[in-house]
Amino acid sequence: MNDRGKIIAGLAIFIAIVTLPFWFNMGKAAPVPDPKLTAKAKAAKECVESTAYMRAEHMQLLDVWRDTVVRDAKRVYVTEKGKEYMMSLSNTCLDCHSNKTEFCDRCHDYASARPYCWDCHIDNPKGEN
Amino acid sequence: MNNKYMISFIAVFVLFFLAYLGTEALGLDVLFGVLIPYAALAVFIVGFVYKVMGWARSAVPFRIPTTCGQQENQLGFRQNTLDCPSTAGAVVLRMFLEIVTFRSLFRNTRMNFREGHKVSYNLEIFLWLFALIFHYAFLTVIVRHLRFFLEPVPKALQLLETVDSFMQIGLPVLYLSGAALLVAAVFLLLRRIFIGNVRYISLASDFFPLFLIGGIAFTGILMRYVTKVDIVSIKQLTMGLVTLHPTVPEGIGGLFYGHLFFVSILLAYFPFSKLMHLGGIFLSPTRNLPTDTRATRHVNPWNYPVETHTYEEYEDEFREKMVEAGLPVEIMPEEQPAEEAEADSPSEEKE
Ligand code: HEC
Ligand code: HEC
Ligand code: HEC
Ligand code: HEM
Repeated sequence: MNDRGKIIAGLAIFIAIVTLPFWFNMGKAAPVPDPKLTAKAKAAKECVESTAYMRAEHMQLLDVWRDTVVRDAKRVYVTEKGKEYMMSLSNTCLDCHSNKTEFCDRCHDYASARPYCWDCHIDNPKGEN
Repeated sequence: MNNKYMISFIAVFVLFFLAYLGTEALGLDVLFGVLIPYAALAVFIVGFVYKVMGWARSAVPFRIPTTCGQQENQLGFRQNTLDCPSTAGAVVLRMFLEIVTFRSLFRNTRMNFREGHKVSYNLEIFLWLFALIFHYAFLTVIVRHLRFFLEPVPKALQLLETVDSFMQIGLPVLYLSGAALLVAAVFLLLRRIFIGNVRYISLASDFFPLFLIGGIAFTGILMRYVTKVDIVSIKQLTMGLVTLHPTVPEGIGGLFYGHLFFVSILLAYFPFSKLMHLGGIFLSPTRNLPTDTRATRHVNPWNYPVETHTYEEYEDEFREKMVEAGLPVEIMPEEQPAEEAEADSPSEEKE
């Protein structure tokens, strides 16, 4: 009984699986998503909170907004700087970021995040695209 | 207190702070984000191949499958083909079920005394259950992590993510496999710490992987649900790694490097630890050999050719001297020409 042939075949398959990402991406440049700001967002200059915070924690913020509106019936959010916003997904976020496909989706496709919010919430409140 | 798990715990703790402080305070992002992960992957692959080839070179002197059922026979007893397979196909089936359902672990029993001195064997289901959860959760988490390493992210992976998060708890949505991994790792750890006879046979090398994997799951869960990290920058880093154009974006944070360093340690440690059962299970002679010991002779192919010197050959060599010394011989020298053919015949037996 000498199964070295089978063992080497098994090892080769294992290594191919482990190094799969290297083969899959070979010769491809991975473009970094660049979310595009609308004219309105550019005019506003800044987001609800600081950009770094928004980049990492916007889902957390949305979660808080959702719970505050739906459970406590409070609709006004006061930012750290004291500015007031209506806590609304479609009417606030998508007011400035009305270009969802070129903004939210660019990052989300890259990170493989598929928010289910749009099952109910309108993703194009201004009817632009 | 038991220094075996305390040492493992402290080691994992120190490793985390090495990476955390190394990147937060000393700015060694390139070291912890690029160099160590590459080195760890190389050690993993080379070490894995080295170990398995070492096993491939070892002899299987005897056929030692475990028999857990009726063997193939001519007496009319029904064979248990799964637990006592005699054909290659049945062996493949047994291996497959062993690997995907851990059947031999399921058979695990615990002996108890009932009503004084009555012995009873109880099914010990929890080790099997949590081991199964642990391994499947681990696999799912690793496969889901491919979203950081593949661009575009394949549809099948997206489907897996959707299924894994179907409870839609919180934002970002909770992945059930991530939570299951942490729970199962903690169970397996507590089992070793609190059950006296299991603790007695546990070594630091049993505790360390559990603390390490628990640490990986814990830091991962922190990153996703508690102190968020910038996923887009992290994917830039991971894609840089797999396209061989390493880039280290700013502001990823020490927590991520702690997670990544843990994974690097796990990869580098893997081939030299008990975790090599990943490869070892395929090469277990107790599982992967058919139970056909009575039908086929198992010859160890590594047997070196043994030089034999039979009595006939010995007598051929010394016959004259033996006769001179008056020792009895089987073939008298005078008869030699006539018996030539017969004298050759024992050589067939030599094989
Ligand atoms: C008043 C207009 C306005 C509103 C309302 C607004 N944003 Fe923004 N958002 C901006 C601007 C302007 C930027 C770019 C800031 C910069 O580049 O520093 C931005 C940046 C972001 C970023 C980071 C993008 C990047 O490239 O890093 C995210 C994520 C984001 N917004 C999400 C949201 C979400 C989610 C909401 C709703 C909770 C929201 N925004 C509401 C104007 C707005
Ligand atoms: C099953 C349908 C449904 C889904 C899916 C859903 N929502 Fe909602 N959401 C609602 C309803 C209904 C309200 C209440 C609307 C109101 O009172 O104005 C609401 C309110 C909100 C609000 C505050 C009010 C407003 O105008 O936006 C936020 C913020 C919000 N949801 C965020 C989210 C996010 C983020 C997701 C995805 C993770 C999501 N929702 C998914 C149904 C849904
Ligand atoms: C800078 C890139 C970026 C931009 C721009 C961005 N997101 Fe995200 N978003 C992410 C990432 C990355 C995740 C996934 C985080 C994770 O997996 O931990 C995410 C997750 C989410 C989630 C949670 C989804 C889930 O299923 O877990 C919601 C909701 C969300 N984003 C809403 C928005 C909305 C609405 C916008 C546009 C106004 C937006 N995001 C713009 C990067 C971005
Ligand atoms: C042994 C391998 C690994 C295990 C077991 C593991 C485990 C986990 C777990 C349990 C989570 C929580 C979220 C989830 O369930 O997905 C997580 C998150 C995360 N892991 Fe890992 N991980 C591993 C390897 C890696 C590697 C190699 C990287 C990157 C180089 C990485 C980067 C991340 C990131 C960025 C998150 C946060 C995810 C998010 O916020 O969506 N992990 N990990």
